[in-house]
Amino acid sequence: MSEQPHRLMEIKNLKKSFPLQTGFLGTGGTETVIAVDDVSFYIESGETLGLVGESGSGKTTIGRSILRAIEPTSGSVHFEPREGEAYEVTGLSNREMKAVRPHMQMIFQDPYSSLNPRMTVRDIIAEPLVVNKLLKGTDIDKRVLEVALRCKLNVEHLRRFPHAFSGGQRQRIGIARALVMHPRFIVCDEAVSALDVSVQAEILNLLGDLQEEFELTYLFIAHDLSAVEYISDRVAVLYLGRIVEIAPSKELFFSPLHPYTSALMSAIPAPDPDSPMQPIILKGEIPSPINPPSGCHFHPRCQFVQTECKTMRPELKEYKPGHYSACHFSDVMELPGASELGESSSIRTSKIRSSN
Amino acid sequence: METAENYLVKGDPLLEIKDLKVSFKTDEGIIPAVDGVNISLKRGHTLGLVGESGSGKSVSTWAVLQLLPKSAIIHKGSSIKFHCKDGESVELTDFKSKSREIRNIRGGEISLIFQEPMSSFSPVYTVGNQIMEAVRAHRDVSKEEAEGIAIDMLSRVGIPNPKRRFKQYPFELSGGMRQRAMISVALSSNPSLLIADEPTTALDVTIQAQVLNLMKELQEELGMAIIFITHNLGVIAQIADEIAVMYLGGIVEQGTRHDIFHNPKHPYTMNLLRAIPRLGKTDGGRLVAIEGQIPSPMERPSGCCFHTRCSEYMPDRCNVNIPQITQISPEHTVRCFLYES
Repeated sequence: MSEQPHRLMEIKNLKKSFPLQTGFLGTGGTETVIAVDDVSFYIESGETLGLVGESGSGKTTIGRSILRAIEPTSGSVHFEPREGEAYEVTGLSNREMKAVRPHMQMIFQDPYSSLNPRMTVRDIIAEPLVVNKLLKGTDIDKRVLEVALRCKLNVEHLRRFPHAFSGGQRQRIGIARALVMHPRFIVCDEAVSALDVSVQAEILNLLGDLQEEFELTYLFIAHDLSAVEYISDRVAVLYLGRIVEIAPSKELFFSPLHPYTSALMSAIPAPDPDSPMQPIILKGEIPSPINPPSGCHFHPRCQFVQTECKTMRPELKEYKPGHYSACHFSDVMELPGASELGESSSIRTSKIRSSN
Repeated sequence: METAENYLVKGDPLLEIKDLKVSFKTDEGIIPAVDGVNISLKRGHTLGLVGESGSGKSVSTWAVLQLLPKSAIIHKGSSIKFHCKDGESVELTDFKSKSREIRNIRGGEISLIFQEPMSSFSPVYTVGNQIMEAVRAHRDVSKEEAEGIAIDMLSRVGIPNPKRRFKQYPFELSGGMRQRAMISVALSSNPSLLIADEPTTALDVTIQAQVLNLMKELQEELGMAIIFITHNLGVIAQIADEIAVMYLGGIVEQGTRHDIFHNPKHPYTMNLLRAIPRLGKTDGGRLVAIEGQIPSPMERPSGCCFHTRCSEYMPDRCNVNIPQITQISPEHTVRCFLYES
């Protein structure tokens, strides 16, 4: 990496709530769903921050609020694409946002519904350039081709329509479209979740290569924990709209400090029959965000619950360097993480022809 | 019925699929979906079917229940033999999809659960109503008795407050709850085989762990066999006794879970295992993706289907002939020329 890492994104007290009409045809008045509840974190340039959590925990809402694809209710997003060039993203007008948007892009989950079926691949990839009036004429084609080749698409592909492609190829089109603006920051929202195992590996490798080459910073949102561990430098765990733990990837998976993270990690089924899963089975399910539990949101399902958990919201505090947890008892508890794989799990494939 | 079940022993043969071939008629011609699948499953055992999309996992199991769409053809010479609870064995391919015989098998002997429980429940009946329907279709009981059985089933799958849930509609239940309710429908008639088609794919990991645990517990309690279809290799390593790996409509390798995970033989199986990220093991390293794309079923490669993507491809052999099944050990078989003498 040529430049010193700096804080590319600094998110402070981000909040997003959605009004919800209740009763028949909305006659019952309104309630509020707090999807993101006072979340603060940062992302350093060149790193990948993983964002995990179960459905309804607010992962996608955070990703979209940062890009202002949806308007956050309150809080600030400080974005520094390069040192010396900084924006207060949350305070900008729509016109001012236009200057910032090229630096931040998004890759979506479903490559089948996120590409316009009536546009050729060339037009799909070129569209951001045209809309933002970044390039003109033959320069556009040059840039499109350059990016497409980098994403392992060829000239022939550019003339075709999205329906002619497989899931993995479509996801590469989506990546090329994000990359064509030469962004600094990409939100990958479940970018590999809909893909088959072998294709997923290819896309994860591609994302890794592109990060190195273009010095990209990723916010990687996914519910597949093994993929997140593989690609992320640091990981944040969400529960009901709040961050419960942030730590370097390995530390978070194998020595978690929050009981929810510990339960989540213990539930990952290891692809090895000799590492039987010993999941910490949580009671019940994630509560509704309309009426979240008091104090620590996790207390009704926590096996270590104490009286103060029911009334006091735990702060996100740094317990070890770079390792933050939001639990009143993180300094006194020893929690199990993901089951460590035995040596036997490294597959013996080297002597493939030996038995021949 | 109780006496009949006395001679149902764990380990006895339950289902034997021989040379199953299924094709679909489409406007573009006849497309083979399953091409010569052999499976034998014993009572009380769990068979895992793994493979990527389009490998024929689901189609093979739908054929067992005669649930294939009208455009499907089961080829002559395919045989699906099933041993019923009363000791008789039946040939399932002989039954028409709407015949009384197959309807007794469905639910009564073999149950099916799907990936998306929301679309398998009717939205206009209560959960209880739908469980009672399944109970009364296979057992001669009164409405009151059926209600008792249904509530008992709901509490058995770990649904809190089953009396209240009994009266609720599917949309009032969360995803994990619905999958539990679905399992209780499937198990209400005490089947000897449960086919679970990606039952945990749509669930979060903590809920997935709950459901997997539940299935293992119920299997021990009721002694049923399970065919578990998934593309998640982690899940399959945890739940299956035996595993069959499918590629483009055929089984390329079959063995115990230890064979498949620790001593894989087929290049496709090895590739698949190397392609998945493993916790704490892939530090900085690259994943090994499988070269190329899964071929379209319209353009099936000649010879061994996998030869177009195989790292061990031998010209003039793999692309010409179809490899035969080779025994590695009594339980471990593979279809690959590397092991044929």
